[in-house]
Amino acid sequence: MTAMLSVAELGHTYQAKDGAHTAIADLSFEVGAGELVCVVGPSGCGKSTLLRTISGLIRPTRGEVSLHGDAVRGVPEDLAVVFQDYSRSLFPWLTVQKNVEFPLKRTLGRAQRRARAAEVLELVGLGKAARKYPWQLSGGMQQRVAIARALAYRPALLLMDEPFASVDAQTRFELEDLLLKVKEEHDTTVLVVTHDIDESVYLGDRILVLSGSPASVVADLRVDLPAPREQIATRESEAFVALRGEVARLLNVGKGAEELRARRKADERSARKWAEAERAEVSRAEAEDRAATS
Amino acid sequence: MRALTRGLLGVAGFLVVWELFGRSGLVPAEYLPPPTVVGVELVGLLGDEAFLRDVIATVLALLIAVGLSTGIAVPLGLVLGSVPAVRHATRAVVEFLRPIPSVALIPLAILLLGIGPEMKITLAVYAAVWPILFNTIYALDELDPLLVETARVFGTGRVRVLFSVALPSALPFVLTGVRLAATTCLVVLVSVELLAGGSRGLGQFIMDSHSGVGRMDLVLAGTVVAGVIGFLVNEGLERAQRRWVAWSSATGGRP
Amino acid sequence: MNRFAQRWLVFAGLVVAWELGTWFADDPFFPRPTVIADAARGLWLSGPVDQLYLSDAVFQHVLPSIGRLLGGWAIAAVIGVAIGVALGRSATAMQYAGPVLTFLRSVPPPALVPVFLLVFNVGTQMQLATIVFGVLWPILLNSVDGARSVDTTKYETSAVFRIPKAQWVLGVVLPAAAPKIFAGLRVSLSLSLVLMVVSELVGTDNGIGSQLLVAQREFDFPDMWAGIVLLGILGYALNTVLLAFERRALSWQPKRERTPATVED
Repeated sequence: MTAMLSVAELGHTYQAKDGAHTAIADLSFEVGAGELVCVVGPSGCGKSTLLRTISGLIRPTRGEVSLHGDAVRGVPEDLAVVFQDYSRSLFPWLTVQKNVEFPLKRTLGRAQRRARAAEVLELVGLGKAARKYPWQLSGGMQQRVAIARALAYRPALLLMDEPFASVDAQTRFELEDLLLKVKEEHDTTVLVVTHDIDESVYLGDRILVLSGSPASVVADLRVDLPAPREQIATRESEAFVALRGEVARLLNVGKGAEELRARRKADERSARKWAEAERAEVSRAEAEDRAATS
Repeated sequence: MRALTRGLLGVAGFLVVWELFGRSGLVPAEYLPPPTVVGVELVGLLGDEAFLRDVIATVLALLIAVGLSTGIAVPLGLVLGSVPAVRHATRAVVEFLRPIPSVALIPLAILLLGIGPEMKITLAVYAAVWPILFNTIYALDELDPLLVETARVFGTGRVRVLFSVALPSALPFVLTGVRLAATTCLVVLVSVELLAGGSRGLGQFIMDSHSGVGRMDLVLAGTVVAGVIGFLVNEGLERAQRRWVAWSSATGGRP
Repeated sequence: MNRFAQRWLVFAGLVVAWELGTWFADDPFFPRPTVIADAARGLWLSGPVDQLYLSDAVFQHVLPSIGRLLGGWAIAAVIGVAIGVALGRSATAMQYAGPVLTFLRSVPPPALVPVFLLVFNVGTQMQLATIVFGVLWPILLNSVDGARSVDTTKYETSAVFRIPKAQWVLGVVLPAAAPKIFAGLRVSLSLSLVLMVVSELVGTDNGIGSQLLVAQREFDFPDMWAGIVLLGILGYALNTVLLAFERRALSWQPKRERTPATVED
């Protein structure tokens, strides 16, 4: 299997006012073409930073990311991201159809755009909602639009940042199955960042377990669950339960309530710090971007 | 800290551009005197009794006008905001009166009230009533029904609900209205002083410096002082708002 | 519809009361509404049929006034939105420009009328300058606010899909800023009307404001009242048209999230 994405000795350190925060220590892994890999780790462990370095939104301080062999400098051509916050990621002034077409304006003509949008909307089950505005849809449907938009772009790699964290449990199951379905049909390479252990086991062909601050790969697990996964049967299977336990142990989840609480607090603190540093970084990148183009 | 430095640099840059423009000869120097000249003039004016009297006249008129319009608009807003029938009935009248620019009333007001301070204050009040009125009505619209119900459940009477629940929660919006009204008042007062003359004030000073002696340095110095007054009023009310109604997320009202 | 009827009934009732009150009081300062309407007809609707009954005064005074008002407002809108959006997308630029803008906004625009009078002389240029300088700030500062409100997720989404610069500005920043920009446009439209009158009262030979001055000098109260009523109607009409346009342009907004009629800069 050829590597679609390869991450080599990646590290990132944010420079904040009160010293430096290392979000990612030393990460190396590969994702093969057509694979669905889940990255799971405690909150605030640098998952978002990883996703942003892969997508070229931030330049890592160390190491390299390459997409089908080309080193990533800036946002690569054929990559799409589905963000957690669908309500902000969609453009409220555009209809569902126009939201899906928006990124295609650069490359496709009007008729082609329209056809492509209709096709992916049908695929995610939103054929009838094309003319609606995002706010007229439920959260789960809005996230479907975001997924459709990413698919219409026909990316070589689809990145998903906690894509189902903001929808209710019922909808999460539906969206997980939708993702598996479209991945199967389009043969897309997908990298899903999540903090939900069950989700990572259910979705992934492979699971990368990250340690907390700073992030490094603790384990790279192959998921050997039978192909058409099914929300109830798969989750009840012995293999699922065993794998889920293994990931949980790797993440130190069972270590006693006291320790867990202390750890979570520290995590939250560092998560907040990083979030700040990251915001600063993004606006700096934004400023540079503007400076470069103006 | 860095923001402050940049802000000061920005101001310095503005003054330099003005200075260069004033000295470039693109516009005759006496039309647009550079800030160095205006600055010297301004310092001199700050020790000049007649000028200070003009400034005080305008500021005093401003305070009276803001006070009066608040006194008129808040009770009116409370009535219109809490009795929908009255509000709907008067809406056409309000919508007709509001767009009439107060300066259009200057000729009429001169004939009716003369050119004394009461004339300019009347016009300023006319203009300043609207923002306070609308913000008060809006505040009552935004009033959380849950708050009212909670109060009523505890057996609070209608009037007490108005004073202990409705008014406090309307305060941030009312203050926003007052801030807007103060800015409007200043514009109207300076306009009236400028156009009607007669009563002392900053606008009158500016007009006299222009038409009497053609001293643009004095005109600009007066303009700068007017700007400073406007800035202080706006900033002061914004601070008051932040301080007094810090509990409200609606500080700033709905813009 | 019921409310609509009720509203205008009250309005009509008040006009009748005004008519009766002024008829009894018989005060020259307060002419009866019918007299004012008559004066208005004499002033503006006494023209020949081929001018649609519009009198020459409409072409000499009313239309030039409206032209200057809309012209100044439009110029300020273009400048204000362009500069405002640019500043709003750059925190650094705004740190430099912020204090200067705050001060310039605080200057009561009429105070600069003498400067404009001297630089441009009496006439259209001076009037336009007064209007543009006066109404620029609400538009500009609202545009800054609006452009700032584009959230990080939208920026990242656009960056990831490699949205070209022009599409980013026109397709993301402007629509996101539109509600705020419209709020600024509404404030500045009514301010334009004020400044139009101010600039005409300073001394010009045409415009609605100068007609008011003439009426004042001749103690012609019905004409003066007619001018005031005309300005009221004009303000109402302009605001209604802008609101209708805004509603169309922002029809994508959920419910009516519209800011109230009084809007701060």
